[in-house]
Amino acid sequence: MASIPAVLRSEWTKIRTVSSTTWTLISALVVTVALGAALSALLSSTFDELPPTQQATFDPTFTSFSGMALGQLAMVVFGVLVIGSEYGSGMIRNSLAAVPQRATFLFSKVLVAGVLALVVGLVTGFLAFFLGQALLGDHGTTLGEPNVLRAVVGSGLYMALIAVFSMGVAAMLRSSMLSLGILMPFFFLVSQILSAVPVAKKVARYFPDQAGSKIMQVLPDAMDSAKAPYGPWGGLGIMALWVVAALVGGYVVLKKRDA
Amino acid sequence: MIEIERLTKRYGRKLAVDDLSFQVRPGVVTGFLGPNGAGKSTTMRMMLDLDNPTGGSVRIDGRHYRELAEPLKHIGALLEAKSMHGGRTAYNNLLCLAQSNRIPASRVSEVLEMVGLTAVAKKKTKGFSLGMGQRLGIASALLGDPEILMFDEPVNGLDPEGIHWIRNLMKALAHEGRTVFVSSHLMSEMALTADHLIVIGQGRLLADTSMAEFIHENSRSFARLRSPDRERLRDVLHAAGFTAVEAADGVLEIDGATTEELGELAAREGLVLHELSAQRASLEEAFMRMTAQSVEYHAHSNGAHGPGPGPVQGWGQPQRPAPGHLPGAGPGPEPGSGPASGPGPGPAPGTGGGLPAAGPRWGERRPDEGA
Repeated sequence: MASIPAVLRSEWTKIRTVSSTTWTLISALVVTVALGAALSALLSSTFDELPPTQQATFDPTFTSFSGMALGQLAMVVFGVLVIGSEYGSGMIRNSLAAVPQRATFLFSKVLVAGVLALVVGLVTGFLAFFLGQALLGDHGTTLGEPNVLRAVVGSGLYMALIAVFSMGVAAMLRSSMLSLGILMPFFFLVSQILSAVPVAKKVARYFPDQAGSKIMQVLPDAMDSAKAPYGPWGGLGIMALWVVAALVGGYVVLKKRDA
Repeated sequence: MIEIERLTKRYGRKLAVDDLSFQVRPGVVTGFLGPNGAGKSTTMRMMLDLDNPTGGSVRIDGRHYRELAEPLKHIGALLEAKSMHGGRTAYNNLLCLAQSNRIPASRVSEVLEMVGLTAVAKKKTKGFSLGMGQRLGIASALLGDPEILMFDEPVNGLDPEGIHWIRNLMKALAHEGRTVFVSSHLMSEMALTADHLIVIGQGRLLADTSMAEFIHENSRSFARLRSPDRERLRDVLHAAGFTAVEAADGVLEIDGATTEELGELAAREGLVLHELSAQRASLEEAFMRMTAQSVEYHAHSNGAHGPGPGPVQGWGQPQRPAPGHLPGAGPGPEPGSGPASGPGPGPAPGTGGGLPAAGPRWGERRPDEGA
């Protein structure tokens, strides 16, 4: 069988030698941190005007991650392109001729890209947190407070899982355009709208992004949001199940279908 | 050594590869010939385990492709010219492939040098011309210094210098004892490079033979005769037991006769000859005749059993215009004038001198054409 370290090295070379990796990951970081900072600054100056229920459930950690809703889209693009560009360019035929063991090929790629997304996600999470808290001033919190470190580390995990989920979807659809056409509106519109609709939100809270984002909240009902029937780790677990399902689907497609 | 056994690929109702069995041996260039859509690329993709066969198997040195730990060291393939990430440099595209099979990075520079791409090694491949893409694909095939090499239509997009280079490269690789398997839809190209020939049509094996044997069996040889006293020449030939067929410009063509015997016959009879030459039909013609038959066979097998009303061409049987239908020196068959049954008029030979025009081309055989 193919040598796993060799395949991992090859996949790392693939990722670091295309410019899309740099710009998607930098966008994810910049957008998340900048938007989080902007919202933190805004809430800090208008804190006294917030409704009392929101003041009571104010979650400074979660506030500093407000940019995630948009920043995660760059992570989606990163994940989709990692797989989709193989199909778009025709490189997939060369790649599979070099590594015909489908599981070795797919999971090495996902592992390399996933670890990179996790590193960038963690850096993003800590930057967003510290910058956000600095701008929140008196309303801010510190890493030492209960559950705060969990939320910050969780934001990195969340970003990595979003990227890996996108990889699984792209492996199933075998096309960057198709995958982006489905994932972008889903994460940006459908999921967010449904989670605000009274009837639909019972279902929507099991969507990968809705469930996973609970890990970033220090208070379970942060900012007067609805309480979920699962805890922060339970939510991340639900998201992880989605990711596993997407990867299994991607693997089955890769194995069964002609390249 | 590549062994293909009863390989079959079905797309829905269409049988792209139909029970194909053959072997590709080391030390020679094996040509894989068939018209477009015959199933060549599908077969090659199945050989690399990119497409799953519906039935049958492919063995590379006795093993399935998926069992090869580092396949690039066993078999290198050029499939489509553009199978690289355009945003990556030529060097990095090859480096990714090399690393996955534990091939040292120094080999990447080596193969780029071999194909003449060193100057553009650090350029992104999306700016590459078709010919450069083709050379990069060949470089990737050579990466693992494999014993088996497979090229799908390698001359596509190459300039004459490049075509010359790839021909010599394939011959040199075979000369080193490697297995070289190359597909083409051009018989003329194969005639220059291949030692062995595998011909497929409609996914079926039509011939598995050495090039020399193929030439011997399939190229029609005949003598061309031209005389100012054509009528007497005809009579003399007839009396001597030769069947002469009239071609354009009063040229007579005689199958299976040597120029020696015809020359001597003419001398005995005191006939003036303006031309006496030995002719060999092109291999392209033989190839087209062979594959046209496979097209026809397929059409018949869909309809009633037994030979249909259309013309059935025998192997090696020359296709030429029947004397009665000779359309002068016209450039091709006149639409509408061709009867749907009986020997259809093939394209008329060009105006004397050259080789006889080819037999039927595909498309020209449909009875409803031109109606």
